[in-house]
Parts: sequence; C-alpha cells; structure tokens
Amino acid sequence: MLNFRPEYQNIFTAIQVRGHLEEGVALPENDEQFRRGQPFHSWLIGKVGNAQVGPIYLGFLGTVSLVCGTIAFLIIGLNMLASVGWSPIQFVRQLFWLALEPPGPEWGLKVIPPLDEGGWWLIAGFFLTTSVLLWWVRTYRRAVAVGLGTHVPWAFASAIFLFLVLGFIRPLLMGSWSEAVPFGIFPHLDWTAAFSIRYGNLYYNPFHCLSIVFLYGSVLLFAMHGATILAVTRYGGERELEQIYDRGTATERAALFWRWTMGFNATMESVHRWAWWFAVLTTLTGGIGILLTGTVVDNWYLWGVQHGIVAPYPDLYPGVVDPMIGAGGAQ
Amino acid sequence: MNFALPMAAGAAALLGLASFVGVDWDAPPVHSEQVGYRGTGMNVNKDAAEVAAGIAANVVPESPWEPDPEGERASEIYENVPVLGHLSDDQFTHFMASITEWVSPEAGCAYCHNVENMASDEVYTKIVARRMIQMNQTINMLWPQHVGVTGVTCYTCHRGNPVPRGVWYRDIEPEPASNAYRDGQNVAGHFVGNTSMPQNALERYLLEDMEIRVHADTALPTGAQDATTKETESTWALMMHMSESLGANCVTCHNTRAFNDWDQSPPQRVTAWHGIRMARSLNRDYMEPLTPLFPDDGYHLGPEDDVLKIGCRTCHQGVQKPLYGVSMMDDYWPVLGEYGPNEDYQVKIIPGLEAPDMSTSNMVKPGTK
Repeated sequence: MLNFRPEYQNIFTAIQVRGHLEEGVALPENDEQFRRGQPFHSWLIGKVGNAQVGPIYLGFLGTVSLVCGTIAFLIIGLNMLASVGWSPIQFVRQLFWLALEPPGPEWGLKVIPPLDEGGWWLIAGFFLTTSVLLWWVRTYRRAVAVGLGTHVPWAFASAIFLFLVLGFIRPLLMGSWSEAVPFGIFPHLDWTAAFSIRYGNLYYNPFHCLSIVFLYGSVLLFAMHGATILAVTRYGGERELEQIYDRGTATERAALFWRWTMGFNATMESVHRWAWWFAVLTTLTGGIGILLTGTVVDNWYLWGVQHGIVAPYPDLYPGVVDPMIGAGGAQ
Repeated sequence: MNFALPMAAGAAALLGLASFVGVDWDAPPVHSEQVGYRGTGMNVNKDAAEVAAGIAANVVPESPWEPDPEGERASEIYENVPVLGHLSDDQFTHFMASITEWVSPEAGCAYCHNVENMASDEVYTKIVARRMIQMNQTINMLWPQHVGVTGVTCYTCHRGNPVPRGVWYRDIEPEPASNAYRDGQNVAGHFVGNTSMPQNALERYLLEDMEIRVHADTALPTGAQDATTKETESTWALMMHMSESLGANCVTCHNTRAFNDWDQSPPQRVTAWHGIRMARSLNRDYMEPLTPLFPDDGYHLGPEDDVLKIGCRTCHQGVQKPLYGVSMMDDYWPVLGEYGPNEDYQVKIIPGLEAPDMSTSNMVKPGTK
C-alpha cells in the first residue's frame, strides 16, 4: 500500500514547479513590440497559480480598454464621493450604499441629460461598455494569435450579452434610461429585487428558472470536476491534457468512481464541454428573461397563473378585501 | 495551524469593518412564527433579545386615580378650556395629571402653562398640546379600522418624552455636492430601515399621496401601469419603514409570491392600509399646520425646518401592536375618545381646515432668536 502524504489537501499549491522563464510562442513581426515586461517568478502568485508572472501582451485594444475602464471607474467613484459631499469618512462608511444613479424617467432616452441628473451615469456607462467590448475583441484576437479555439471569448460574450441587456438593450426597448441598473453595491441589489417586485416576481419567469438551473448546475459541475481532479492528482490526474490523449490510471479511477456512484461518467474532455455550456447558458437565458420583462410580460405571477405553473393555496383569509375597492381615494 | 493567525486577523478585520459601517446583526436565538399556509415560507422572525426589550419597554402606566365623572364641568370652573370643557372637574384634573406624566414628567405643568396664569395660551406648547388632544380624539373616532377599540393616548407616542422618539423629518444627510446626483437615495436612509433606497420615501406617502401600487394587474403590458423600478424602490422603502417600525417583516402582511394580491394577504395588510392613510391625514391636518409654532432649536424641527412628522414607528416603536395591544382608554374615553361639544373647535378637525387661529393669543412667538 502506497503511503501518500496529504499534500493534495492543501488550499494553496504546496509544491511550486519552477522551470526556465518562458516568453511563449513567437508572434508576427509587428505584434512582437506589444509583448511587454521581463518575466519573473513570484512565490505568492505561485501559491494560487503559475509562479511565473509576465510577460503581458497589452497592445492597442488592451491599452484603450484599460483607459476606458479607468475613466468609468473614476467617474463612478468620484460621483459616489460627491454624493456624500466629498466626505472621505462617509465615503468609506457608506461605500456599499453609494451609487451612480441612472437618469430619472423624465429624461427618457435623452443623450445626454444634465450631468447632475444622470448624465454622468450615461458617460460612465459608455466608457465601461467600450472598455468591456474592446477587452472582448482583445480576448478573441489573443486566442487566435496563440492558435486556440475561441471558446473563452464566446463565453465572455454571453456575460456581455446580459450586461448589455441590463444597461442598454432593455432600456432602449422600454424607452428610458431610468430602466437601467445603478452602479453601486447595495443599489444594484435593490434594483434587482425591485425589478422582480415590479414585474410580479421573476420566480415565475421561465428564463429566470433556466438561468438558475444553469447557475446552480455550473456550481455543481465545478465542485464535481474540481473535486475529481484534486482527488486523482496523486496519480497525476491534474495533467488533464495528457490524460485526454493517453488515458492513465488517474482517469481510469476517476471514471470508475463516477460509474460506481452514479452509473456513468463524463470524460476528461466532455466534462469541460458540460461546464462551458452551463456557464454560457446561465447568462444567455438570464439575459433573455430580463429582455422579456416589462417589454413582453408585465406581471410574471399572473403569467404563471395563466400557464398553470402557480400552486393554488386554500383561501386562508376570506375576509380580506382590497380596501380601495369602493373607497375611491388615492391608492 | 498555519492559518490560525491569518484567519483570526481576517475575522477581526471583518468585525472591525462591520462595526465601522454599523451593521445591524441579530444574534441568535431568533423566534420564528408561522403566519401563513404551510410551505409558503410565511414566517415572522424576531430576535429574542429585541422581543424581550420590546416587552419591557411597552408597559402601560397606571392611571393616577379613577376620575369621578359627576360634578361641575371644567368650563364652569376654568377659563379657556375649549376642547375639554365638557369634562367634570375631576376628569379634567385627572387628565392634566396624566398628560404631565405622559409628556413632560420632568418639566411638569410649566412645560405647557404659564404657572402664574394657567389659562393663558402664551406658551406655544399649550397650543400644540390642545391640537394634539384633538388629534387623539380624531384618531379614536375616525380611524377605528386602524386603532380598533384599543385606541391611542398621548402616551402611545410620547412615552414620557416631550418630543416623541419615533418621528421623522426631511433627511438630506449626507448632503451631496452641488454637482452630484444621487436622486435622494443611495445612502443609509434613517427612516427606511437603513437601506440605500429613497431616504425621503415617507414624505411621498405619509405626507403626499404618491401611488404606492406598482404592479400590473394584467400578465401582459397594457400601458396601464407605468411605474418603473425607481417607483418600486420608493414603495419598498415605505415598506421597510413599516416592517422596521413594527418589528415585523414582509410576510406579516403579504404572501411574497404575489405582493399585490389581496386574496393571499393576511388581514394585517388591511389594518396597515388604513394606517398609511391615517398617518398621512394626521401629518397634513395636524402636524404640518403647526410648523410655524415650533422653535428652530435643532430639537423641535427637522434640520430642514420641517415639522417632526408621524410615521409607523411613532406609535409602534418596534412592536407590532403599540404597548402590546393593551388599551389605556378605560379612564380616558370622555377625554380622548370623542369630540367635545364646542362647535368652534370641533370644526378644526375636519381635514383641510387650518389650525386654530393663534393671532388673537398673546403668546410669545417661538423661533425668534
């Protein structure tokens, strides 16, 4: 019986493998100038990832994306600071409460409303969107440049779709920037809950259901896959690529474990396909659900009643009647 | 073992941050009471320590003595008793003793009276007190759908404080810089459960009559409901004020799967509906018109010089039924449960009319520094 030391149980990478510093594959002549920085080893970084840091490929897209992102970050941050009268203490104390608020309904889709009535929100949104889209192009081009498939950019695109639906496409369809999400920690959470309340409970929105299935499914798959690979690292299972083309005992044991416990098993390759689709479909279906809300459906609970997905309860409160019926007054 | 130190440091940092931003965490044990149909999650959760504190803080004071309704009327003995003149001498004295204990136990009679001339209206608090007695009468006569037969007295709100604790006012703190836009929200709002939602939502519903209902009554859009998430947050802020004021939560009044559906709502929602209208009416007819009377001393008016106003917390003070539903009215029905016979003062309670004309009194105008 082999005696394994429980190295694999560490939260952080216990043994850092350090080879020669590598530059990576050669790039086309005029791209080479954008690969920046002298690579070096970092013990701390090596705790969570590869110990080598750099070089980075920034390029034109990356640079512009970072600049735009910084502008958006500063606009949002400075507006938060201004919203508490430039008080640094209140800024820190209330940071989670602060936000840059979209314009009010009275401004519709105006470009751009006065800065102190939501104009800053539009400008920050423009720079943030530009930054994200440029970063997407960058991931696509870098993937092609190193000869990869474009799975990462397309997964990223799914998240960007949800982002654009929330902050741009749905407000356009509804005819008002006020429909968009504020930039802030608690405020964007309040927006989310208020959105569900306004439209009669997103719980009954089937695309919301799908999004949750894929979100929780992603978590489950990630836990299963991560656990499986960690459990077979003692047999070299963390070298997944080698295991894919030359299946060794790590793969065999992992597969056997799942066949024993649930009857079938993913392969070293297919589990990643599962994970990719679950992740991509989370934001894709979620975005569709948001897009339909307020535009096509105004009250998801009543929609659910019409489509037979609302559980009936006994009438526990027969005496309760809307007091406004017959009252005639406001609300 | 290597992680003990960083873990401890992390926990300490988290707790330090938590105390800095002022989180309102409840320590166990928590009481959970099922209030709706099984499986609906309709449970009202209450912090056991807060419940115990609420019980201790909501004890009804004893009536000083049992008043004798017989005998000469107050109007025959005292001058300038337009609202309470119909009481017997003993009822009148009994109520004066009570209101002193309820409202100004420290300053005593002099809080409202010139003790050299008790009949004089020169101390502004006497005018306010008279108006508040009328307000009590109005609540007990016109709002039984909210206060039931329990009724309210001065003590329901005052609890021994000259200015009731659970009042609200226009709150614009922390004041934004002139070029900043936060739409009256996105800070910890004192009157909306410390959420980041509109901090002056109470003004919209308990003074003005902004539409509370934000739901569509049809599955598909018809254009009939044009409320956005912004109006929804405003309504929600009012609801946070209500649940914080009552130590309750959403499901006390709603089945949260369909907030708007009255058929699924517990009867408490009807009581609350009337309560919102009652608070609005009282603020409009009683509190706002008194604004010019109060001194601008940082205590009797809000920081924006608006009058301190009535919200749910003003009476409820953290418990679902003020004073745990114990009525104090037994000895006070003739005083606070009905209007006196003085026509001139009765008419003042009709909504929309102004406060009593004070121009004839020789009182000292407060707020003149």
